[in-house]
Amino acid sequence: MIRPDAPVLLEIRDLHARVEAKAILKGVNLTIRAGEIHAVMGRNGSGKSTLSKVLAGHPSYTVTGGSVTYRGENLLELDPEIRARAGVFLGFQYPVEIPGVSNLEFLRVSTNARRVHRGEAELDTFEFEDLVRERLQVVQMDPAFLERSVNEGFSGGEKKRNEILQMALLEPLVAILDETDSGLDIDALRIVAGGVNHLATPDTATLLITHYQRLLDAITPDYVHVMAAGRILRTGGKELALELEQRGYDWVDAELAALEGADADRQPAEVA
Amino acid sequence: MVASPTVRVSVGGGGLEGWTRQLLERLPAPAGALAAVQERGRAALAALPVPSSRQEDWRFTDLSLLTDLEPAPAGAVAATAGDLPPSAPGVVRLLLDGRSDPLAGVTLPPGLSALNPAELVQALGHTLAATGCEQHWPVELNHAASEQVLALRVASRHSVTLELVSTAAAGLLPLRLLLILEEKAELDLSQLVQARGAGLTSLVLEAHLARSARLHHGLVALGLPQAALLAHLALEQEPESAVTLVSATAGWGLARLEPRVRQVDGGANTTLRGLQLVDGRQIADTHSHVLFSGPEGELDQLHKAVADGAGRSVFNGAVRVPRAAQRTNAAQLSRSLLLSDRARIDTKPELEIVADDVKCAHGATVSCLQTDELFYLQSRGLAASQASDLLQRAFCEEVLRELPAAARSWGSFQAMLSAAGSGEDRP
Ligand SMILES: Nc1ncnc2c1ncn2[C@@H]1O[C@H](COP(=O)(O)OP(=O)(O)OP(=O)(O)O)[C@@H](O)[C@H]1O
Ligand SMILES: [Mg+2]
Repeated sequence: MIRPDAPVLLEIRDLHARVEAKAILKGVNLTIRAGEIHAVMGRNGSGKSTLSKVLAGHPSYTVTGGSVTYRGENLLELDPEIRARAGVFLGFQYPVEIPGVSNLEFLRVSTNARRVHRGEAELDTFEFEDLVRERLQVVQMDPAFLERSVNEGFSGGEKKRNEILQMALLEPLVAILDETDSGLDIDALRIVAGGVNHLATPDTATLLITHYQRLLDAITPDYVHVMAAGRILRTGGKELALELEQRGYDWVDAELAALEGADADRQPAEVA
Repeated sequence: MVASPTVRVSVGGGGLEGWTRQLLERLPAPAGALAAVQERGRAALAALPVPSSRQEDWRFTDLSLLTDLEPAPAGAVAATAGDLPPSAPGVVRLLLDGRSDPLAGVTLPPGLSALNPAELVQALGHTLAATGCEQHWPVELNHAASEQVLALRVASRHSVTLELVSTAAAGLLPLRLLLILEEKAELDLSQLVQARGAGLTSLVLEAHLARSARLHHGLVALGLPQAALLAHLALEQEPESAVTLVSATAGWGLARLEPRVRQVDGGANTTLRGLQLVDGRQIADTHSHVLFSGPEGELDQLHKAVADGAGRSVFNGAVRVPRAAQRTNAAQLSRSLLLSDRARIDTKPELEIVADDVKCAHGATVSCLQTDELFYLQSRGLAASQASDLLQRAFCEEVLRELPAAARSWGSFQAMLSAAGSGEDRP
C-alpha cells in the first residue's frame, strides 16, 4: 500500500559494503515507508543477501560508505540484537541449525527480548506457550517442532516456516525476507505467503527478496527492484517482475556496462 | 591454538617431591582394614618418580598446583550434602568424608550389601591391576592415604540406585570405592565430588561387572581454582555387561581423570561420555584407556571440552585392540570448544589396533563458537553474551543429558554453567 505521507521506516543511502577485501554493495539507494511491500530481485550473486545481512548487522560485512536510517536512527551504529529488538527482522535465506538449543526456549528468549524493548512484560513459560501455539497457526506448523533443537534436521520448507513463526512472534516493523519462498512446496508457499500478508499492516513494511513471480502472485508488491552488481539498477511496479519473468536479465549487462562507464568517467581514481 | 606456558613458582622446596615427602611424614601410622594397602602405597610413593612433563602421560599436565596445598590429610569435616536437593524416595545417598563409615546408620536397599573383610581382601585392587594402573602415582597416593573403603555388592538380578557425595576442604581427601556387580545386577550411581577449599580430592574407584550386569555412573565434579582432583575410575567388564560412564568436571585448578576399562573377554558394551570445562588458569586432563581382551567388544566414546581464559584442556584416548579382540567395534570422538585465544587444547586419540577385523573410528575437532550461529541468535534479539552462553550450554548438554537421573536433577552443573556464562566465577 503506497501512501506518500506514510512515515519512512527505512532509508538506505548510497550504501557500500565489503566482505574481507571484496566490495559487494556499491551504492544501494532505497526508501521504505510504512505499509509498503518491496520486492528485490536480481541474478545470483548480485548482492541481495549481502544487503539483507548488512541491514541485520552481520559482523562479516563491513560498511564502507553511505548510511541507513531506521525510524530516524542510525541503524548501522546498533548491535544486531538491538536492531532485532527495535523491530528489524531478517528471515534468512539459509536458517542456521543450532543443535542442543531448544527451539521453544530460543523463541521465548527472543520474544521476551523484543517485548522488554517495547516496554512490555516478559512472558513466563506458560504464557509463552499460549502465544506460540496461537502463532503456530499462522504458519500451520506442528507443535512438535517446538520440542526440537533450533532448525536441526528441519527440512528446507520447515526451516522457512520456522522463520515466519519467529516473525509472527517478534512482530517486526521492517521484515526482510530473503528467499523465504525457495524450497517451499506449493502448499507451503501459500501458507508462508498467507502468513506474510497476515502480518503486513499499515504500520509495517516488508522487503521480499525472491527469484520468482509465483511469490509475487501471492504477495502483491508495491515496488519491484532489480539488483545488479551491488546496486539497485531499476525500480518499477509489480509489472516489472512480470517483465523480468519474460525477458530474463540479459538487458542488465548492457545497462551495467553503461553505468560503470559513467562511474569510471566520474571517478577515475576509484579503487574497488 | 595459542600456547600459554604456565609458570608457577612452587614453594616449600623440592616441588612435588618435597610435598610428597612432607605428606608421607604427616600421615598417621598405618592402621585399620587398609593398613597393608597404606604401607604399600607409602613405600611406592617414596620410591616412584613424581609425575612431571618429562613423562609422556603427564606431558601437558602440570601438577605443581598440588604444592600449594597443605601436604596433610584433611581435617575432620562433617560430611554434608550441602545445598543438594533431597534424594528421591527409595534412593540411598551416602556421604563420604574419607574417615567415618559412610554406612553407619544407613539401611541399604534390597540387593545392596557391604563386602565382608575376607571378600574385601580378595577383591580390592583386582581391577586396578587388571586395568594396569595400580602403580600409577595418583593411585599409590590414594593407597597411601585412604583410611576408608566403601565396598559394595549389588546382588544378581537386583537393581539399585545410589548417590555418593563428598566435599573436600583443605588438605587431602582420599576416597576409595569398590563395587561388585553380580550377574544381571544393575547399578545407577550418581556421584558428586565438590570442593569447598584448597584441597586435593583423590578418588579411586574400582568396579567389577559380571556377565550381563549394568552400571550407569555419573560423576559430577565441581571444583575451585585452588582445588585439585585426581581420579582413577577402573572398570572390569565380563561379556554382555554394559557400562555407561558419564563424567563432567569444571572449576578445578587441576583435574585429572583416568577412566580405565577392560573388557576381560570382549563382548561387552562400554559407553564413555566426558565433559570438562576450564577457565582462568585451570587445567583439566582426561586420560582414558580401554582395553579389549576378547572379541566383539563395543566402545562408544565422546569427550567434550570447553576451554576459556588461559585454561588448558587435555584429552588422551587410548584404545587397545589386541589380536584376540577381533570384530571389535569402537568409536571415539573428541570435540572441543575454544573460547579464548589464550586457552589451549591438546587432544589425541591413541589407537593401538593389532586385530585385523575391527571397526575403529575416531575423530577430533576443535572449534570456536560459530559466527553464523551467534549471529542468528543475535538477529533474534539475544545479546552476544546470552547467545554464546546458550551455545556453550548446548555444547555441554550433549554429555550432561546422559547423566543418571539423580545427577541431572541436582542441577548443580547447569547452575555452574550459567554462572560461568555470566562471568561470575572467573578467577
Ligand atoms: N562471506 C562472504 N565471503 C566471500 N564472498 C561473499 C561472502 N558473502 C557474499 N559473498 C559474495 O558476494 C556476492 C553477493 O552474494 P549474495 O549472497 O549477496 O548474493 P545474492 O544476490 O543473495 O545471490 P543468490 O540469489 O544466489 O542468493 C557473491 O559473489 C558472493 O560470493
Ligand atoms: Mg541470496
